[in-house]
Amino acid sequence: MALAKRIIPCLDVDKGRVVKGVNFVGIRDAGDPVEIAKRYNDQGADEITFLDITASHEERETTVHMVEAIAEQVFIPLTVGGGIREIADIRNMLNAGADKVSINSAAVYNPDFVRAAADKFGSQCIVVAIDAKQVDDHWEIFTHGGRKPTGINAVEWAVKMADFGAGEILLTSMDRDGVKTGFDLGVTKAISDAVNIPVIASGGVGNLDHLVDGVKLGGADAVLAASIFHFGEYTVQQAKEHMAEAGIEMRL
Amino acid sequence: MTSKICAVIDYGMGNLHSAHGALQSVAPDTQVLVTGDPEVILKADHVVLPGVGAIRDCMAEIHAQGIDAVVREVAATKPLLGICVGLQAMMERSEENGGVDCLGLFRGQVKYFGDDLRENGERLKVPHMGWNTVSQGKHPLWTGIADDTRFYFVHSYHVKAEDEEQVKGHGHYGVDFAAAMGQDNVFAVQFHPEKSHNAGLALLKNFLNWDGQS
Repeated sequence: MALAKRIIPCLDVDKGRVVKGVNFVGIRDAGDPVEIAKRYNDQGADEITFLDITASHEERETTVHMVEAIAEQVFIPLTVGGGIREIADIRNMLNAGADKVSINSAAVYNPDFVRAAADKFGSQCIVVAIDAKQVDDHWEIFTHGGRKPTGINAVEWAVKMADFGAGEILLTSMDRDGVKTGFDLGVTKAISDAVNIPVIASGGVGNLDHLVDGVKLGGADAVLAASIFHFGEYTVQQAKEHMAEAGIEMRL
Repeated sequence: MTSKICAVIDYGMGNLHSAHGALQSVAPDTQVLVTGDPEVILKADHVVLPGVGAIRDCMAEIHAQGIDAVVREVAATKPLLGICVGLQAMMERSEENGGVDCLGLFRGQVKYFGDDLRENGERLKVPHMGWNTVSQGKHPLWTGIADDTRFYFVHSYHVKAEDEEQVKGHGHYGVDFAAAMGQDNVFAVQFHPEKSHNAGLALLKNFLNWDGQS
């Protein structure tokens, strides 16, 4: 037996509700974050990721309270992302009960923030989120929910973030997010091969075979999905059983 | 009857909410206190030594705050549970940060997994992060938990025990390592029971019900 691959349901939270958009726009309500987190915990999720997609100042208090409520009831690792810009934001989320924080745009604007965060809190709780889109024959980083190109090569960026102390990479393919055609296996494989830290594949899961492909073909250490679980198409347990049947080591 | 007290030792090394929350949830009648106060710790019925981050910083804080003497006294008198870096701090020495002397409650060293860890030709990433199996030794803290149950790990350094008798759980990730150590009333685990769902909660409950006899 060996280390299990992980399934991570993701809650995209806007104004206190779990939502899911297509290509980062077009929002559909999926319910209360605390209830949903608890349901996934009971179904055997390996971790939970909570992404605050509004992350405006006013909403920050709501997020802290929700993270507290989830952490009180869910005893698996919890990652919180969205609007993490300063050391104080990280401390607030860890104090609320998060185990890891996910840093996205702030890393692009100030890569040293990742280094400072890893020094302060340890690499184990610093996830760097990368939103990548294919541009010609390579992949580039985009910020602002996929609207803003940065010209940064995604694979080189992942290597740099690992060097700066990231403990894990959360890789989202913006072309695929919410469209249910499967992960972008090219960029997933390129980054998984390039770094020596775990990579979570995200964006595009429409069926359970996509999860299998993320691990087997993309080389991902964990797979993240949202809508296939939110709207009851599959339970986390079904997804794990399917992956195990495909020969992947899972925690059942 | 006064309620029992469980002290989670706070020596400034990060977030103890998870440990506190998980302990409190399995024992609503126990007072779970996150504290750095030696008096409170020494009065508690059960004591937990958690730890995250780098060993150099952990040991520096343990020394600076006089926690080393407190832990030694607890280790001689009442049930003590080490978690993650808390376990590593209980070993003799860690090679992290250029070499750091630790508390020496257990015999053995803490070693790096390495930058080129492999299993059957497949490269293994470091940190060892996720759910892995633990092959259990004989110990009351495993009561009701099936052998080879998976627990949640996140660590880049692992325990290489000197005394096989003290190893109460074996883990494997490229190399064999000690996932749990135990001696008399002291038990320590490399994984995070507070993050290990039902199996972790069962272990914490066993700890709070434990009288320290092995």
